[in-house]
Amino acid sequence: MDPILQIEKLKKKFGGVVAVDGVDFEVNSHQIKAIIGPNGAGKTTIFNLISRICPPTSGTIRFKQHKINELKPYVIAEKGISRTFQNVQVFENMSVLENVMVGRHCRTRSEIFAAIMNLKRTRAEEKRIHDYSLEMLSFVGLETKKNEAASNLTFQQQKLLEFARALATEPDLLLLDEPAAGLSVPEADEMAQFVYRIREIGITILLVEHNMGLVMEVSDEVIVLDSGQVIAEGTPREVQNNEAVIAVYLGERETENANHTKS
Amino acid sequence: MGRKNILSLLILAGVILALPLGLGNSYYLNVLVFVGIYSLITIGLSLLMGYTGQISLGHAAFFGLGAYTSGVLSTKFGVSPWLALLAGIFVTGGIAFLIAAPALKLKGHYLAMATLAFGYIVFIVFNQASSLTGGPSGFGQIPRFRLGNFLLRSDVHYYYLVWTLVIVVLLVSLNIIHSRVGRALRSIHEGELTANIMGVNTAKYKIQVFVLSAVYASLAGSLYAHFITFLNPTPFGFHFSIVLVAMVAVGGMASVWGAMIGAALLTILPEYLRAFQDYDILIYGSILLLIMMFLPQGLFAGILRLIKKER
Repeated sequence: MDPILQIEKLKKKFGGVVAVDGVDFEVNSHQIKAIIGPNGAGKTTIFNLISRICPPTSGTIRFKQHKINELKPYVIAEKGISRTFQNVQVFENMSVLENVMVGRHCRTRSEIFAAIMNLKRTRAEEKRIHDYSLEMLSFVGLETKKNEAASNLTFQQQKLLEFARALATEPDLLLLDEPAAGLSVPEADEMAQFVYRIREIGITILLVEHNMGLVMEVSDEVIVLDSGQVIAEGTPREVQNNEAVIAVYLGERETENANHTKS
Repeated sequence: MGRKNILSLLILAGVILALPLGLGNSYYLNVLVFVGIYSLITIGLSLLMGYTGQISLGHAAFFGLGAYTSGVLSTKFGVSPWLALLAGIFVTGGIAFLIAAPALKLKGHYLAMATLAFGYIVFIVFNQASSLTGGPSGFGQIPRFRLGNFLLRSDVHYYYLVWTLVIVVLLVSLNIIHSRVGRALRSIHEGELTANIMGVNTAKYKIQVFVLSAVYASLAGSLYAHFITFLNPTPFGFHFSIVLVAMVAVGGMASVWGAMIGAALLTILPEYLRAFQDYDILIYGSILLLIMMFLPQGLFAGILRLIKKER
């Protein structure tokens, strides 16, 4: 298995706070990898560094062997990385279908002059965008909502819409930021099924999640982060039995009280 | 572009053709020429503000740059008005391109301040570069357009010229709106960072739409110059930039049709309110206030909603 994503010595400081502190890990093609850790461990920051919402302080991010830290977000999408967001970020006043069609943007090319002339090939491309996007909508089961404004969808539907929009960019790597957050138990189970189905179409998945049930069920490998550092990595079973992980999540037995009084 | 828009365009073209027959008085026609000229600018502003969500408080400057380039070239250098109009488009588009890249990195109030400052600088140049512009008192005897040997001299001629161009600009704009590019513009309005992460080169499209709206304003400026045949800086100041934004807001930002309705209302209304003499500005302000209070989406969306309710 070759790594599709390689993170080396990644570091991010916000003023005096070190959010990500020398993180190394790899994601192999076609695997589902999860990053877990307590609040503030730096999970979402790693996602934001990969999709270049903010630049890393130091370290490198390689995607398919190419360094991508200097690229603009839209170029990273073109290279084949897409994502969803922890607090859903749909285009609220656009229709459900249009949301997905925006995802198709980076795989199509008609520019402003072609649009003005309304050329035959522009119309043909627009039709292809429409059809592909509709296909992605049926994949997540939202095709009947295609003409609704995205703001009219339920929270879970908006999350699914983000899936469809990300899939429309034809990613090789999909970053899922807390796909189950805010969902009920059956809804979260449904999400787990979607994660499997996305992997089946050949997409590698890196996810951040607090719902341990979901993480342990779907992931091939888990990385545990604490205070910006990787403290454990392995299969779900290995990680669950790792002492450092248990200490972070439950507190160390002897020093628990001491830590409490300090903080 | 959708059947509704094609139908609306055809209806508009019909109304435009028929109106001069019903309006004997050339004064009304003169007002309608101005409505057309201002519509050209507000259609571009609606693309920029309503669709892309970027404000500009400097569009009177682009209007002025078009007018002055056209006026100066044709009057002082003997360039034909049509070529002067084209030159205006290139000059204005070029200047818009140069300021767009740095200015559009700013957001909200900061972008408003930057465009306002740009407008003010251009206004100062119109006043100070007197060897070319005639300074505050301006210059006249700008030649009118010709079609072959035919000189466009009456208001009717200009009425048809201006409104033909409005239809062309509407067609161009509607094609953009209903394309991949139009969708990208709206996604920028909805969430610029998200759009970027989803693969939209947001900086490029913001610059494109800014330049396009400046080009529309320049076209309007050239038409103005060769229609009025006299230029001074007053119509191109900060006040007019604000009026333009008000036109777009009153008509309805997210619609090129609304932008036209706003241009029409804010051009025609003051003419009618003259009858109230000293109270005209008070009534004018109250009407705008009421529209924004009760139809915050603008007149166009408000009227559409009323029609739907009636059904």
